[in-house]
Amino acid sequence: MSTLEYDGSFEGFLTAIFDCYAQKKTDVRIRNACASTTTLFGTNIRVRTDTEKSNRVWEGLKKRTTKEAARQFYCNFLSELPDFEDHLLEYARYVFASREDVSRDFSHPAVLRTAQVARMVGREKHRMEAFVRFQLSGEIYHASIHPDYNVLPLIGPHFKSRYADQRWFIWDEARHYGLLYDLEHLQVVHETPEETQADTARTSDYARLWKTYFQSTNITERRNMKLHVQHVPYRYWKYLCEKQPL
Amino acid sequence: MNYERITQKLSILADAAKYDVSCSSSGSKRSNPDKKLGDSSGMGICHSYTEDGRCVSLLKILLTNYCIFDCAYCVSRRSNDIQRAAFTVEEVVDLTINFYRRNYIEGLFLSSGIFKNADYTMERLVRVAKTLRLEHGFNGYIHLKTIPGASEELLREAGLYADRLSVNIEIPTDDGLKKLAPEKKRDEMTTPMQHISTGIVASKEERKVIRSAPAFAPAGLSSQMVIGATGESDLEIMQTADNLYQHYQLKRVYYSGYVPISNDQRLPGLGSPVPMLREHRLYQTDWLMRFYGFQMQEILHPEYRNLDLALDPKTGWALQNLHLFPVDVNRADREMLLRVPGIGHKSVDKIVAARRFRSLTFEHLQKMGVSMSRARYFLLCQDKNEVLRRAPGDRTQLRNVLIRQAHSKYRSALVQQGSLFDQADETTGLSATAVPDLHHLFADSL
Ligand code: SF4
Repeated sequence: MSTLEYDGSFEGFLTAIFDCYAQKKTDVRIRNACASTTTLFGTNIRVRTDTEKSNRVWEGLKKRTTKEAARQFYCNFLSELPDFEDHLLEYARYVFASREDVSRDFSHPAVLRTAQVARMVGREKHRMEAFVRFQLSGEIYHASIHPDYNVLPLIGPHFKSRYADQRWFIWDEARHYGLLYDLEHLQVVHETPEETQADTARTSDYARLWKTYFQSTNITERRNMKLHVQHVPYRYWKYLCEKQPL
Repeated sequence: MNYERITQKLSILADAAKYDVSCSSSGSKRSNPDKKLGDSSGMGICHSYTEDGRCVSLLKILLTNYCIFDCAYCVSRRSNDIQRAAFTVEEVVDLTINFYRRNYIEGLFLSSGIFKNADYTMERLVRVAKTLRLEHGFNGYIHLKTIPGASEELLREAGLYADRLSVNIEIPTDDGLKKLAPEKKRDEMTTPMQHISTGIVASKEERKVIRSAPAFAPAGLSSQMVIGATGESDLEIMQTADNLYQHYQLKRVYYSGYVPISNDQRLPGLGSPVPMLREHRLYQTDWLMRFYGFQMQEILHPEYRNLDLALDPKTGWALQNLHLFPVDVNRADREMLLRVPGIGHKSVDKIVAARRFRSLTFEHLQKMGVSMSRARYFLLCQDKNEVLRRAPGDRTQLRNVLIRQAHSKYRSALVQQGSLFDQADETTGLSATAVPDLHHLFADSL
């Protein structure tokens, strides 16, 4: 078995799929070079990311399936789940081997898996769009998140159109990078802007008012913590100002 | 901003508004073309959940809880000895904008007690919406509750700035309304509904021709009923709801289990339980009517006036109609698949897509996430032997099996009168407050 190692980027991963075909490899797996451990068996081959190759795979996928299926494919990549490369390779093989669009053949394991993982990633994206809590420091609204999957690339457009007239910044604490919107463009950054580092300890008046609201809108006669926690799992509480002591 | 004063007002006026259960923020197409603030073109987001498990999507407050009326079921009634407060228009605008910018909310749901008179109150509600839209370029979601008796002119203006308008029916039966809110007239509710519904239809037509014509309440009209305050039957409730859907094109009707707030003889006393399970069954029925192709009369009729609390209404219906089952998964049309207990829209989508490729077995369905615990009694798959064969006339036995199943699943919820039910539930194929318009996950592209 040989292992194709890519640089961790989506383009790199698609290039690796291309190489599997170009080199007619069947007994092969694809792994992230940064994450993979050296294998005892077989050979490791480094993939050189090539946008021409990656585009061909990407366009091919879209042509043989649908926009929605391509989106799901990308979501699987962002899931960073162990072995997602194997599933996506199997999925791609099934798609390219079939004459018709098989992206909704849910009784096929790779198709089903891709749809299920995409749904999990979609749920996390939706959660982050809901649970981001901006603080205002100087002129910039900023927030930190710690998503289970790498959903920052997915949530950018949502925040950009919603908060088009304010500068904002969202930092992924788990992956150490952020998105910065400067009233014009979205930018990926690897350091937090200086102004956001100041006075984060002080809770703003609006954050406290929000907590007041959150408590007052609750109906104690209907209290149901089990349901509450199901909707707002504990691991997200530290980012929600309404769940902080005043 | 005077922080202390605003805090006090906010706690009073949020507390007084919490009994209105609507918190939907979907259905508007308001986008943000001019790069100002806000975008409501998506599905609507629940930004948080209260400890009672309800979605928090909007800043839901009253402009004031002063009221000249004395509706027995309402905390704000004039004879109630409580703290009163009133926001200014500017204060509501400021809170909305600042909460929105921090991503706490999708927008504002503003309602009010009636001070002075209906128009005086309504005019202020409209002014809040107008200020948000025109002075702040706000494209977030705005839901205004209309004040009974407000003039047609103000309603028209409200519809220009709000995404959704609501007119609450409050008490499902006319008798109940007379008893509990003698100052209110039913036609003060139905007349505004008529105006608004006409306005919505007209604006939709106009926008087909002239795309830039102003939208009128694009997220539609909704209403709410209080459940269990007057001894009404489920049939009466759903008849009223059905009538609202049919005649006024309502987007949603909300059912709100009465939370006891006084020891008024006419009402369930303090400490009586909130009828949450009943409320849940009503929502399920509502869903069957709106999304599953059921007629109200199929579920409730004069010989069957109240829903079975032990089973969801779809299963209840299936048990009454066993001659239509089992349904063949590989052949049945969408409509019939949707009527199978335990199968929801998502499952039907998957089944219909997947069976094009091969005949589906019990195992396929399970792997696809179709919850088979209930559906298996009503389905026929490729491998027929997996199906539990029923002898005809087994209805009672099957019913008991299904109840036992539902019980073990929901026991904890039943004990604490909780509403675990409110989650999206593919088992019943139904969900109550986890409405589909709030919970669509994917609205965007790559
Ligand atoms: S008019 Fe509205 S606010 Fe006033 S008492 Fe009746 S229900 Fe309550």
